[in-house]
Amino acid sequence: MQIALEDARDFARGAAFLGTGGGGDPYIGRLLLEQALRRSGPAQVIAADSLEDDALVIPIAGMGAPTVIVEKILGFAEGELALRTIEQRLGRKASAIMSAEIGGLNALYPVAIAAHLGLPVVDADGMGRAFPELQMVSFNIYGQRAAPAVMTDEHGDAVLIESLDNHRVEKLARPVVVPMGGLCMMALYPMSGAAVRECAVHTTLSLALGVGRALAAARDDQRDPFEALFEFLRGTKHYRHCKLLFDGKIVDLRRETRDGWASGQAIIEDPTGAERLIIDLRNEYLRARRASGGQQYTVAIAPDLIAILDRETAEPITTENLKYGQRVKVVGVSAPSIMRSARALEVWGPRAFGFDEPFQCLEAVSG
Amino acid sequence: MKASNFRIGIDVGGTNTDAVVMRGRTVCAACKTPTTADVGAGIQAALREVLQQGQLTPAQVRAVMIGTTHFTNAFVQARDLARVGVIRLAAPASVSLPPFVDWPHALREAVAGPTFIVRGGYNFDGAPIAAPNEQELAEAAASMRASGVQSVAISSVFAPVNDAQERCAETLVRAAIPDCRITRSADIGRIGLLERENAAIMNASLAALADGVVRSFADSLAALGLDCPFYISQNDGSLMAPQVAQRFPVLTFASGPTNSIRGGAFLSGLDDCIVVDIGGTTTDVGALSKGLPRESSAAVDVGGVRTNFRMPDVLSIGLGGGSRVRVGEHGAVCIGPDSVGYRLREEAQVFGGATLTATDIAVAGERAQLGDPGALSAQQRALAPKALERIDAMIEEAIDRMKTCAAPADVVLVGGGSVLAPRRIRGAARVIAPPQASVANAIGAAIAQVSGEVDQVYSYEQLGRDAALDQARSAATAKALEAGAAPDSVRIADIEELPLQYLPGGAVRVRVKAMGELQAFVEA
Repeated sequence: MQIALEDARDFARGAAFLGTGGGGDPYIGRLLLEQALRRSGPAQVIAADSLEDDALVIPIAGMGAPTVIVEKILGFAEGELALRTIEQRLGRKASAIMSAEIGGLNALYPVAIAAHLGLPVVDADGMGRAFPELQMVSFNIYGQRAAPAVMTDEHGDAVLIESLDNHRVEKLARPVVVPMGGLCMMALYPMSGAAVRECAVHTTLSLALGVGRALAAARDDQRDPFEALFEFLRGTKHYRHCKLLFDGKIVDLRRETRDGWASGQAIIEDPTGAERLIIDLRNEYLRARRASGGQQYTVAIAPDLIAILDRETAEPITTENLKYGQRVKVVGVSAPSIMRSARALEVWGPRAFGFDEPFQCLEAVSG
Repeated sequence: MKASNFRIGIDVGGTNTDAVVMRGRTVCAACKTPTTADVGAGIQAALREVLQQGQLTPAQVRAVMIGTTHFTNAFVQARDLARVGVIRLAAPASVSLPPFVDWPHALREAVAGPTFIVRGGYNFDGAPIAAPNEQELAEAAASMRASGVQSVAISSVFAPVNDAQERCAETLVRAAIPDCRITRSADIGRIGLLERENAAIMNASLAALADGVVRSFADSLAALGLDCPFYISQNDGSLMAPQVAQRFPVLTFASGPTNSIRGGAFLSGLDDCIVVDIGGTTTDVGALSKGLPRESSAAVDVGGVRTNFRMPDVLSIGLGGGSRVRVGEHGAVCIGPDSVGYRLREEAQVFGGATLTATDIAVAGERAQLGDPGALSAQQRALAPKALERIDAMIEEAIDRMKTCAAPADVVLVGGGSVLAPRRIRGAARVIAPPQASVANAIGAAIAQVSGEVDQVYSYEQLGRDAALDQARSAATAKALEAGAAPDSVRIADIEELPLQYLPGGAVRVRVKAMGELQAFVEA
């Protein structure tokens, strides 16, 4: 599979959908991807199955504040330096690049850098969506080491972090972002082809591209975009359970910043006013509860995906762009089984976000 | 009140040039004239008529305020634009996406000159990414000079936090190309390098045109013996002096909808309301909050170019007096978005035409008395209740989407198509349809105020929140005074704080806007 110049918009829209409200505005990432594809030709996307067992795969991600991302634009040099530094440390060349997070901006950087460097990018990532923390990644859950990890900036600075403990890598990395100007490129969790097969969430680049294409095609054919979206998702292997959770209007937004997270609730009401959907958000949409007749029950919860889309255009809406009065449809999508294991749920299940309830599969909830 | 205390507001639109004479809060005269290809001639015609109507001599006029969509139209149509050279102070950061990166082809062809990404820029805290290299800048300037560039845009990373490098670059470019027009990004946009740089480039591309247009305004006034000062209205509903408009023509880009929002609000006497401007093809819905149009927080696209300068938050829907009305599948009534537009008086059924329009429906439903109701068939009349229900639903939804909370808001109706709207709207506390609503734009221009704004990142840990906000408030007030506000009238219209995630040191982006009455009115 390839991602070509004409695919960039679809891929970015798909990444925004998988961002489940977070992951950052993919705009800058799309421009960077388009620039790379224009200069260097299409990016080669390879299946994890095609990797040699001992292939070296290096995930790449940007890390920093949203306000800085739109001023200091991360580029090819920062990405290349991160990759080369890890290669040097390990004494061998990378076989492929991978995304750590398929939701939002971090879906775009690795593909842009892969195209720029002429390296293939693996059709997989470490979150299957977007999550707010570096350690909320399947590579961590399934026992891969984050280190050696490298952080780079525009000055050609590269900071190499060695640690046996993945939490310590994040702890050490956070303060380094500041002297790097609030933003850096990271290469981390270098792993073998065999490890990628075991620990990554698979086919998520195809998924993002497929979602974007389905929405664009529906628009061109003047079809219902939601129908097209569901039709596409039902044909995928890992994300085939999907449903319309709610159709209504945003009637209330409660926001607060807690522990550096943009937290809050969005309340959506159906046209009759009889039913409501309450969405808990923390950078991403994490839980959807239906309220009717004095009863409340959860209809979707992380790690399953919850997306809020414009009800006419099916354009994904991020948490910061939610507004009172928007007409929206809320879509739930099942996370693949690798994201729902007991080990995975410890890291990104309901209790990891402070919800006192067990995870329940979206497809198991009626209605 | 002095006998000379009259002011004139003019709105130069794509179709009509409207003018009003105001004294205090009273509208003394109003007229509508066609806009002419030569903007000056249309303005003179409007001025002459409105002076005559108000029986005024030019000497009695204290000030003239002009709102114009001329620059927006010129940019969107890629007409009369200058080629722009760009210097971005950023390297080694922000080098992968060059200037003009996401511009539509036609505009890039018309505007793109040589571009340079040179050493410089700042971090969020104002510390330099790199010091500018004077030789590198001088070489860029010399190269632009050699290619004949007369308009230059200068941007730098985090220029809203620190604009010193942009100023330094300006000095060097000025030395190389003495008579060139230079726009610095810090003067125009907000955080968001590409969007701010785009705004600076747009502005530079219009600077030569702005010289000519503003001069023709001045000449038109002089030709009629109006030797009072005149002002141009800008996106946020405040005024700027002609020399500021000449330097910053992009600041007029959204003055049309802004003036209609403020004019409508003025006519209704409200400071907080939703203004619904129903025209021939579209309905523009805006919100007025504390006397100022609410601004859009999202990136604004102008002619396909992404920008982030100050623009009112306006929702446009395809509903106007000329909207076509059709019956779709299962008997559902469909209104617009296509419209007969300015041909309403020929094409609508009630005017003897053959197209069923929203205006016909308003006549059939007895909301409006226009043309010949007898021209409507029984079938068309029978359609009216259903079609009006649809129109009402469209208006109600648009209003609801512009509200920030569920509480009922006051709604003001303006524009030629306002006869379509019901007098009771769900979600509206009151519906007000003021007289003279058809010249709301010109009134909006006549009553504009002046403002000053600050948008900067502060460290709350170092300064403390109170001290930081105080600094921001005084800086905004100083800017409003600089813009000509009367000191006693200046108030803080808006404060916005945006904590920067992931950064320690309590870094917070603070936006403060101050505004006040123009000194000239207070004296009067």
